Amino acid sequence: MNFKHKYMFLLPGLLVLLAILIFPIGFTVRLSLSSWDSFYPGLDFIGLENYVRLFTDDSRFWEAFGRLSLLSLTTVFLQYIIGFSLALLVWKEIRFQRLFRVLFLIPMMTTPVIMTVVWRTVFHESLGPVNDFFSLFGMQPLWLSSEILSKFTVILVEVWQWTPFMFLLLLAGLLSLPKEPYLAASIDGAGPVRTFVYVTFPLMAPISIGAIIIRLIEASKIMDTVYVLTSGGPGTSTETSSFYIFIKGLREFQFGYSAALSITYLIIMIISFTVIAKILVKLMVRGE
Amino acid sequence: MSLFYSTLKYLAVTLWSMFVIAPFLWALTTSFKDFQSVTSGATYIPWVDFEPTLDGWRSLFKSPAQGGIAIVEPFFNSVIVTAAGSGISIILGTLAAYSLSRFTFRVGPIRNGDITFFFISQRIMPPVVLSIPFFIMLGKLGLLDTLFGLVLVYVVLLMPIAVWIMVDFFNKVPIEIDETALIDGCNPYQAFFKVVLPNSVPGIIVAGMFCMIFGWTDFFFAFILTFTEVQLLPVAIVALNSSITPWWSLSAAALVSVAPLVVVAFVVERYLSKGNLSGALK
Repeated sequence: MNFKHKYMFLLPGLLVLLAILIFPIGFTVRLSLSSWDSFYPGLDFIGLENYVRLFTDDSRFWEAFGRLSLLSLTTVFLQYIIGFSLALLVWKEIRFQRLFRVLFLIPMMTTPVIMTVVWRTVFHESLGPVNDFFSLFGMQPLWLSSEILSKFTVILVEVWQWTPFMFLLLLAGLLSLPKEPYLAASIDGAGPVRTFVYVTFPLMAPISIGAIIIRLIEASKIMDTVYVLTSGGPGTSTETSSFYIFIKGLREFQFGYSAALSITYLIIMIISFTVIAKILVKLMVRGE
Repeated sequence: MSLFYSTLKYLAVTLWSMFVIAPFLWALTTSFKDFQSVTSGATYIPWVDFEPTLDGWRSLFKSPAQGGIAIVEPFFNSVIVTAAGSGISIILGTLAAYSLSRFTFRVGPIRNGDITFFFISQRIMPPVVLSIPFFIMLGKLGLLDTLFGLVLVYVVLLMPIAVWIMVDFFNKVPIEIDETALIDGCNPYQAFFKVVLPNSVPGIIVAGMFCMIFGWTDFFFAFILTFTEVQLLPVAIVALNSSITPWWSLSAAALVSVAPLVVVAFVVERYLSKGNLSGALK
C-alpha cells in the first residue's frame, strides 16, 4: 500500500495525544526540580533537593506506598479468584444465565465515587444497615474509623466495584476457548476438577495474566474510594500513594515536592509492573 | 452433575447477586426517607418501618437556594463531556488503530508495538500526577472550569482505551477485505471508509462502551479542573457528602447517575452471549 497514507491515519490521534501530554509530562519533570509552593510560586532551580528529601526524610510516602501495595495486591487477588469463579459458574448452562451475567457486570458500570458515597451510608457506624445487623449480636464495629477495619471496608468496596471487570475479561476468554481440548479430556475420562487444572486453567493463562495486569494498573490508581470513604484516615491508615501526592500537591500546594513524588512514583510503578508481568508469566505458564 | 454441586452453584451465584444488589436497594429505600426516618436508625421497608416521602426526589430539581441540589445541569454537563470525549477518542483512536494494525512503522528503533504501547501506557499514569500540570496548563489557556477543557483531558483519558480495543479488533479483520477493495479501484481512504469501517461496527461499539464507562465514571479530573461554572454529576453528588449529609437526596441522585450506564450492562451481555465480544477483548 501507498507509503504516505499510513501516516494520515496514525498522526491525527498521535499528535493530539502528544500535544495534550507533552507539556504536562515535561512540566512535571521541571517542576520536580523547583521549590514551587504556595509561599514562593515560581520555577526556580534547586537541583535534586526534592528527591533527596523524598529518599531521606519522608517515611510517610514509603508507608503510603507499602499500604498501596498491600491494598492493590489483596483486592486484585480477590477479584481474580471471585471473578474467575463467577465466570466459570455462568459459563456453561445455568438457569437465568443471562440475568446473572448482567447482574455480575453492573457494578463496573457505576461511578465508583458515587457508589462509595452510598457504601459510606451502608457502613455508617450508628445509622447504617450493616451495624444495624451487627447490633443484633451486641456489636458496633467501627467500619470507617478503626485502623484495621477501615482497610477491610476499602477492600470490600473495591472488590464490589471491580470484580465485574475481571469477570468480563475472563468470561469473554472462556467463551472464546477452542472445543477440541475438552473433547480430548472427556474421551480420556477426566472429571471437572482435572479438566479445569489441565485444560481450562492453562488455556486461560495468557488471558488471566492480561486481566491481572490491567486490574493492577487500574487498582494502583485507587483514590476516589479512599477520598470519599475515609479521606485516608483514621490517621494515615488508608492513605495510598495517590492520596498522599494529592495532599502534598493540591491541599498543601507544595507543587515542586509533589512533582518529585509523582516522578518517583511513576518510575517505581513502571519497574514494578514489568517485574510483576515477568513473575506472572513464569508462574502461570509453568504448568504447560 | 450431582444435586449437591448444583445446589452449591446456585447458592454461590445467588449470594453474589445479593451482594451486588444490596447497595442499590439500600439507596432506593433511603431515597424515600426524610431527616426524621434517617436519623432514627436503619429502617428498610416503606410504610412498615417508616413513612415514605418524595422529598429526596423533588430536591433533585430544586435550586440550592430552595434546599435542593439541582442535578439537571450537572447531568447534562456529564452527558456532553462524556459524549464529546468518547466521540473524539473513538474517531482518532480508530484511525490510529487501523494504521497500527495494517501498516508497518519504522522510525529509528520505534516499531508498531512501541507506538501501541505508548498509547496504552497513558493509562498507567495516576490522575493525580497529571492533574497538577493540567491545572496549570488549562489555567494558562483560560480553559479551567470549562466544558472544552474537560473534553481535552478526557480525550487523553479515553483514547488509550479506544486504541487498545481497536488494534486487537482490526488484527482480526482479514486483510483480504482491504486488498479486494484496493484491487476494485478504491483508494486507501475509500477502502477504509466504505469497506473496513462497516465491518468494524461491533468493535467500535465495544470501544465506545468502554470509553463511555470510563468517561462517565471519572471523578478526579472534574473535581480538580472545574469549580462553579461547570459541574459534572459525580462532583455535584460528592459535594453532598459532608458532615450533615442529606442521605435522601444523595441516594436519589446516586440512582439517577447510575441508571444510564446500567443499560450498557445489557448491551455488553448481548455481545458477550453472541460471541462478538471475545474477539474484541483480549
